[in-house]
Amino acid sequence: MIFTSLLETAWHALTTHRMRSFLTMLGMVIGVAAVILMLAIGQGAQAMVRSSIESMGSNLFIIMSGAVSSGGARVATGDAPSLTFDDADAIRDLPDIMASAPVSPGGAQLIYGGVNWNTSVYGTTPDYAVVRNWSMASGSFFSDADVRRGARVAVIGGVVARELFGDEDPVGKIIRIKQAPFEVIGVLASKGQSLDGRDQDDTVLVPISSAQQKIFSNTLRNRARFIMVQAVSEKRMDAAETSINDLLRNRHRIGLGQDDDFTVRNLTALAETAASTTRIMSLLLGAIAAISLVVGGIGIMNIMLVSVTERTREIGIRMAIGARRRDVLWQFLVEALTLSLIGCGIGLLFGIGGAWLVERLAGLPVAVTLASVLMAVGVSFLIGVFFGFYPARRAAGLNPIDALRSQ
Amino acid sequence: MAVPGAPLIEVANLEKDYPTGAGVFQALRGVSLSIAEGEFVAIMGASGSGKSTFMNLLGCLDRPTRGSYHLDGQDVGRLSSDQLAALRNREIGFVFQGFNLLPKLTALDNVALPLMYAGMGREARRRQAQAMLERVGLGERSHHTPLQLSGGQQQRVAIARALATRPRIIFADEPTGNLDSETSRQVMDLFSRLNREEGITLVLVTHEADIAAYARRCIRFQDGQVIEDTTVAQAVA
Repeated sequence: MIFTSLLETAWHALTTHRMRSFLTMLGMVIGVAAVILMLAIGQGAQAMVRSSIESMGSNLFIIMSGAVSSGGARVATGDAPSLTFDDADAIRDLPDIMASAPVSPGGAQLIYGGVNWNTSVYGTTPDYAVVRNWSMASGSFFSDADVRRGARVAVIGGVVARELFGDEDPVGKIIRIKQAPFEVIGVLASKGQSLDGRDQDDTVLVPISSAQQKIFSNTLRNRARFIMVQAVSEKRMDAAETSINDLLRNRHRIGLGQDDDFTVRNLTALAETAASTTRIMSLLLGAIAAISLVVGGIGIMNIMLVSVTERTREIGIRMAIGARRRDVLWQFLVEALTLSLIGCGIGLLFGIGGAWLVERLAGLPVAVTLASVLMAVGVSFLIGVFFGFYPARRAAGLNPIDALRSQ
Repeated sequence: MAVPGAPLIEVANLEKDYPTGAGVFQALRGVSLSIAEGEFVAIMGASGSGKSTFMNLLGCLDRPTRGSYHLDGQDVGRLSSDQLAALRNREIGFVFQGFNLLPKLTALDNVALPLMYAGMGREARRRQAQAMLERVGLGERSHHTPLQLSGGQQQRVAIARALATRPRIIFADEPTGNLDSETSRQVMDLFSRLNREEGITLVLVTHEADIAAYARRCIRFQDGQVIEDTTVAQAVA
């Protein structure tokens, strides 16, 4: 028997029982749509985490003033800044370190003309741009010389530029940060959201010296809340962490057995944890959706079994006029496959459509990948074969005369 | 693989047992006979006499418990179920009392069905099926489904289906059982013509004497055995 005849026969059988075929397919439609949608959401989340990690900068440490735990009791970190600008400079001179930037963070109100905007202000050094992998949209970053002389210059993020200046070019303009006038010398290229959901473009960077003198009125001069450090490579991260610890303990004269007055955190490792959490979540989502796909397959088997029983006489007639066992086997297998693959096709449309809706309405990032589509088609095919085979074999195993005699 | 001079159908000591709750029921108890190509044979007997069982064995729909069956010199007992299916498709046509058409298919598709299993392409088999329908006088009805046809018309569609692969034998099991006398006559005339004009071997199971009268040879069954085998017109063979 030729293949097109099989398709024709299957199509005819399925269109004869439209409602039944539709309901059977529905199981596959829902299963495939669920798989596509869940994978799209999971992969969207993974892609977002990945891009956040990339925007954060790579091979990063953050060194915070204060200890995570002191004598077994947890203390607030960063309350009494123990880190100095000289610490940051000393860290930069370590062999495995690429860049090291002391940071003094805070919030402030910015004013330009009649417009004002509240944002986070970071006092730091030019190394910060290296560490955080910031590039410039326009203008330039401030220099070490600006830091040394406490220059009143600022580099602003994209959000700040938009809010304060609109379409105007901010470079060369004077803004007021907590009343103190600063000249905008550059605009940062956009980065988007960070891992914790903050908008990284809503920020102002100024020389750390100027921030402490003019904005925060900090009494603890030359001290930083934290230092951002970039290691030369991922491989050297462990070595870098050890040497930073040794250096700071030495510089802060911390004896054996005494607690550190600083904390070194491997941000890249934290990010990796976030990424693997997302990966596990998307796997879980996919696994739950896959269960519904299997349930859809069982629905197909159920209906195929009913169909074989109902059509025993038809099978007998077909056998009497020359259908071989494998013709009957193929007839029912192709029918099951047609059900599962058409169901899969409709499910794909719903899944992709649903993913699009989720992106539009819920604002979640989604990613429908070719791999997930191919996987859904492949699994549907296997389900058709797997759940169609048993009923088909039952039909093919019928004795022609018994089948013919059945009512 | 025809052996020259050999009968088309030859059975020897054919037996068929059916297991029942009260032991084994012997539907056939040693039947030996032969049928030559071109014969028109009626098989008669009361219900339960074994005539239908015998026809199902001859039609390769069932296998005998004991005994041998040679069709065209070929030992049918040695064939696999797929080979039997191919044999049914190529050499045998069936006509049943209840027509056994597929109700959702048109007359044309019903007639084309055996050709599909013969591996013929769609267009070719539709052409041939249409020709067969015209042969039984239903060329105009090819797109009707069985439910839109009368009993006599349905049986003619079934005959067209039996003829589709141009088989050498047609087995008909009570073909007029569900028809009135006028349509019975039409169907029997059609059978007679096919036998006379095309030399198709016909084996007809019936319990009605007037239907059996169309045949030239009558084999009578009782309790699973042949009790009478008479040939009406010796001249035709």
